[in-house]
Amino acid sequence: MSSRDKPQILLEAHAVAKHFGGVKALHDVSLTIRRGEIYGLIGPNGAGKTTFFNCLTGLYKNESGHFIFDGVKLAADAPHKAAEAGIARTFQNIRLFGNMTAIENVMVGRHLRTHANVVGAIIRNRATMAEEAAITRRADELLHYVGIQDRAHDYAKHLSYGDQRRLEIARALATEPKLLALDEPAAGMNGTETEALRTLVEGICRDGVTVLLIEHDVKLVMGLCGRVAVLDYGEKICEDVPSVVQKDARVIEAYLGGSVA
Amino acid sequence: MNDQVKKALPWQRHWLGVLLIAAVLVAVPFIAALGGQAWVRIANFAILYIFLALGLNIVVGYAGLLDLGYVAFYAVGAYVYALLASPHFGLHLPFWVILPLGAAIACMFGMLLGAPTLKLRGDYLAIVTLGFGEIIRIFLNNLNAPINVTNGAQGITLIDPIRIGDFSFAETSVIFGVELSGPQKYYFLLVALAILVIMVNVRLQDSRIGRAWQAIREDEVAAKACGINTRNIKLLAFAMGASFGGIAGGVFSAMQGFVSPESFSLMESITILAMVVLGGMGHIPGVILGAILLTALPEVLRYGIEPLQDAIFGRSIVDPESLRMLIFGLAMVLVMRFRPAGLWPSSQRRRELAESEK
Repeated sequence: MSSRDKPQILLEAHAVAKHFGGVKALHDVSLTIRRGEIYGLIGPNGAGKTTFFNCLTGLYKNESGHFIFDGVKLAADAPHKAAEAGIARTFQNIRLFGNMTAIENVMVGRHLRTHANVVGAIIRNRATMAEEAAITRRADELLHYVGIQDRAHDYAKHLSYGDQRRLEIARALATEPKLLALDEPAAGMNGTETEALRTLVEGICRDGVTVLLIEHDVKLVMGLCGRVAVLDYGEKICEDVPSVVQKDARVIEAYLGGSVA
Repeated sequence: MNDQVKKALPWQRHWLGVLLIAAVLVAVPFIAALGGQAWVRIANFAILYIFLALGLNIVVGYAGLLDLGYVAFYAVGAYVYALLASPHFGLHLPFWVILPLGAAIACMFGMLLGAPTLKLRGDYLAIVTLGFGEIIRIFLNNLNAPINVTNGAQGITLIDPIRIGDFSFAETSVIFGVELSGPQKYYFLLVALAILVIMVNVRLQDSRIGRAWQAIREDEVAAKACGINTRNIKLLAFAMGASFGGIAGGVFSAMQGFVSPESFSLMESITILAMVVLGGMGHIPGVILGAILLTALPEVLRYGIEPLQDAIFGRSIVDPESLRMLIFGLAMVLVMRFRPAGLWPSSQRRRELAESEK
């Protein structure tokens, strides 16, 4: 199937609901993400953004609703299947393998798209060694891609905050995703770092990966995203291009705080 | 990764060390024999425990799954060998059939235990595996009625030694002009097996699977998000560890000529786990050190403490067996207090522990 024949819609969320006890974290959220766009998901703290992410990537099991990804219904409650289908994510509070080196972290990301089994690992046949070399090469390329190649052999936990964010993105990209879901990638970054992140995300999108972005930094979201959805108390209150979203009365009230624009 | 050169050609870089180790390994059974065949047997057990500890290292050290019932797989391997090569059922299959079969059956038991329990973590998994170990032992103890399968607490005797054609490992024979006793022959067999398990450990560590294990140990949620099927990968660790336990059990059966449920108590599981933990979890040389120390300790006590007491007090005041547990416990406390990562930890494990202390 050539890229032209592919349907335009990459991800459809259909009335996804998730409750924690009596708290409705997500209330029938539906949205569609088009192939090749950068889609923003914003909302005040506790609006359900990360919960939506966790349902999408199979870490949580949603009570009702479902996701259609690239034409196929996603299995709920199976993170590795979501990853296999082509959804890679980063975490709001960075979750790297701290005691593994940067390059090893990215190599773990290659797990999904490689096949060496125990027998291959023990006898070290030619196919396994070739695959291992390819994993190392690809991991190295990805570290270059995100710009932290000179930290390749440092332990992930010794990397600076910004570099850890980049490493997490590299690890996610190693799984060859169709959709890269970034959970507050700019949190805690200074202006320069945020600017570099914007360039990186734009580059990733240009290289054919659709991006779903949760972000607090409204400026970044408005500048970067093609379309934006706003969550408030687990409900989607708006979904449109940034310029329209910014003027939406409900969004201003819920998110930007009453009369302050 | 940064020592790739070293990994690629360990032989050439360390040929002197390799030769030295080989020389020591060859010399040990002959030196031990000077003190009697009993010492050769002790050396054999040390190596058997190295084998077991390295099998358990895959489960505990690499995948980070606390398994307190490892001895169950050892028992399964031992009984498979005992039942298929003894007058008990009148079966006398050759060892090259039984050892792989024992490994396969132990592996199956490993999966049987692992499949429903691997959602559990840490302490909870430890309790379940502990229970499993006990269940297997009690089964072996009671499976003599209504059909006598395991001969109950009496155990199974007259188990065939390992035999290749007419060459039996139980008798003394002359090879290349060198006289080798039964235990000495087993020694070389065990060394070969130990080298095999060391190789498997080393190679797995640096593979796609090894990285997946490490990732699960570091952060299971992130590992899942990276597309690792954590259940299957953990099950794999369990199954591999169990297979090695099964092989060790088979060799144990053949070497002893006798098995009974008594040999597979909880204490045995704990001892093997202690070897891994005291030595240095996930670090092969550390685990080997742990196994040697903990096998040698009771023997040193047996041959050292009793004569010492006799010399000082004229009689035995403390039973070396109870002293053993005392020293064992004390050693454990001291190591955990002063070297929590083990006597000879991998640099990585040391970091992990330093991290969690902060």
